[in-house]
Amino acid sequence: MSSAVQAGAVLEGRAPAGDRPARRRRRRRSERVGWLFILPATAHLLLFALVPIGFSLYLSFHEWTSPSFLGAPFVGFDNYISLFSDDPFWHAMWNTAYYTVLSVPIGMAVSLALAVVVNQKLRGMNVFRAVFFMPVITSWVAVSVIWITLLSPDAGLVNYLFDVLHLPAQNWLDDPHAAMFAIVLINTWKTAGFSMVIWLAGLQAVPRELLEAASIDGAGKWRQFRSVTLPLLAPTTIFLVITGVIGGFQVFTPMYVITEGGPLGSTDVAVYHIYQRAFEEFSMGYASAQAWVLFAVIFVVTLIQLWFIRRRGESNLI
Amino acid sequence: MSRRKTTVLGLLRAAPTYAILTLLGAFMLVPFLWMVTTSLKPSGTTFSYPPDLIPDTFDFGNYVNLFTLAPFAKYVLNSVVVTVLTVVGQLAFCASAAYGFARLSFTGSKSVFVLFLATMMIPFQVTMIPLFLIVFKLNWVNTYQGLIVPGISSAFAIFLLRQAFLTIPRDYQDAARIDGANEFTVFFRIFLPLVKPALATVAVFAFMGTWNDLLWPLLIARDEKMRTVELGLAYFNVTSSAYEQPNWPLMMAASVVSLLPVVLVYICAQRYFVAGISLSGVKG
Repeated sequence: MSSAVQAGAVLEGRAPAGDRPARRRRRRRSERVGWLFILPATAHLLLFALVPIGFSLYLSFHEWTSPSFLGAPFVGFDNYISLFSDDPFWHAMWNTAYYTVLSVPIGMAVSLALAVVVNQKLRGMNVFRAVFFMPVITSWVAVSVIWITLLSPDAGLVNYLFDVLHLPAQNWLDDPHAAMFAIVLINTWKTAGFSMVIWLAGLQAVPRELLEAASIDGAGKWRQFRSVTLPLLAPTTIFLVITGVIGGFQVFTPMYVITEGGPLGSTDVAVYHIYQRAFEEFSMGYASAQAWVLFAVIFVVTLIQLWFIRRRGESNLI
Repeated sequence: MSRRKTTVLGLLRAAPTYAILTLLGAFMLVPFLWMVTTSLKPSGTTFSYPPDLIPDTFDFGNYVNLFTLAPFAKYVLNSVVVTVLTVVGQLAFCASAAYGFARLSFTGSKSVFVLFLATMMIPFQVTMIPLFLIVFKLNWVNTYQGLIVPGISSAFAIFLLRQAFLTIPRDYQDAARIDGANEFTVFFRIFLPLVKPALATVAVFAFMGTWNDLLWPLLIARDEKMRTVELGLAYFNVTSSAYEQPNWPLMMAASVVSLLPVVLVYICAQRYFVAGISLSGVKG
């Protein structure tokens, strides 16, 4: 195929530079070639991203209660209005916010500590980096299976460790007060290696001369870190906070596999709630309205964060 | 100062760091060790107290049971088919689109690219319900197409590859054109080989994302025959906990099997994992 196309191009390319129709033809040809390259992906985007987005808005204004149900009744803003008095939904939203507020700072602190330790030129450091990265490549389902057993109240490794350290045993996943915290800890274990790599890139961009200058001025290791390294890591910090919050609001799999939203709805988060409404109760219109409200909340929270960053005069970072 | 002195001093200074690294490494690895050793305990064993991390005898029966008691081989096959085709699809769709956006000028290219970037902001939950309905209407529930087609293009991959194509000097394109190569030859023969690292990064991320995905197969693979490894594993857990204790050693064996391909790819392509993450960190 390619040789025939090639021959055609050679013939066309031979046209003299001053020949206007030929140049126009060539431009029209290059327009066509450009579109040819982006056509498959654009068609895919249209069908599997843009149409669903529009369809989702449409659904949220209809009472759509079955996957095969066409011609569902238009209900206007009813779905959105019912949402306001839907306590279980707001309970799930509250849990989502709680999870995010807990998991983002803990995850960032742990991964920064990992990055600092790993950012030293020592023999065998690559092995440690690879080890810290292992949970990142492991699927959430496998992670869940492992941690359900590790956190088992009477025979789990974690409670055994607590016992050895003379700490009281916990009912990790069956206690409504502990379950969300347990998932935050599992999440930290699973994702710390990922953020570590991003921190590491930031750490390696810190100029050595600045640290040396600080050291000459009498700054200790901790002072150097606090006064030189940390401010220079601001872009990384902002990136991790913003993407972390967006990701936190979308958490689903651990709640689906580990706790099924329980115990007593204490880990029922927004996406799990929407999933159940849509695919277990088949209230697809209502669930779509919930998804849009979740998106609006994420959007507003992100805007507020950006506003804070701007106000602190760090607008050049984003 | 003699050479030897610095080495001894260096080692002494490094000792606390190694101690911390080992402790942290243990925190990361013990859960995996637990997974492997539990998978080697006899099927249906309940946990003992204190927990025995290393069992007295190794029983490989779970790995056999996995394939005889459950259609686990079918799950693996499904995962392989879905993952391989998704990776190939993403490479083909995204590389050509990225090349178009980065190296060819034509009307509308900018606005379409912005549209791609904009869709990255809409979370999957918003599109998942209509996406399911579309796949349902297409009669693609419980089919490979249903599992594969919605995932064969990714705005993020296009973005990443476009960045790679942009770094290549214009002269390469011009020189090839003067030699009489057409746009497709330039793309296949010159540009694609030059962005191999970026392609590897996209492949690795598409592989990991697809192999480890749960939510989409959960919606589409309603039939047991269509389940992927992740879904099979999740069902072991969800269904068994309803009426009885799950068979933990068996599930651990299944987890090990589900992990093996990812670990293999990770060992071979470690730097592309890291490259992909660094790139995703830069884009903010």
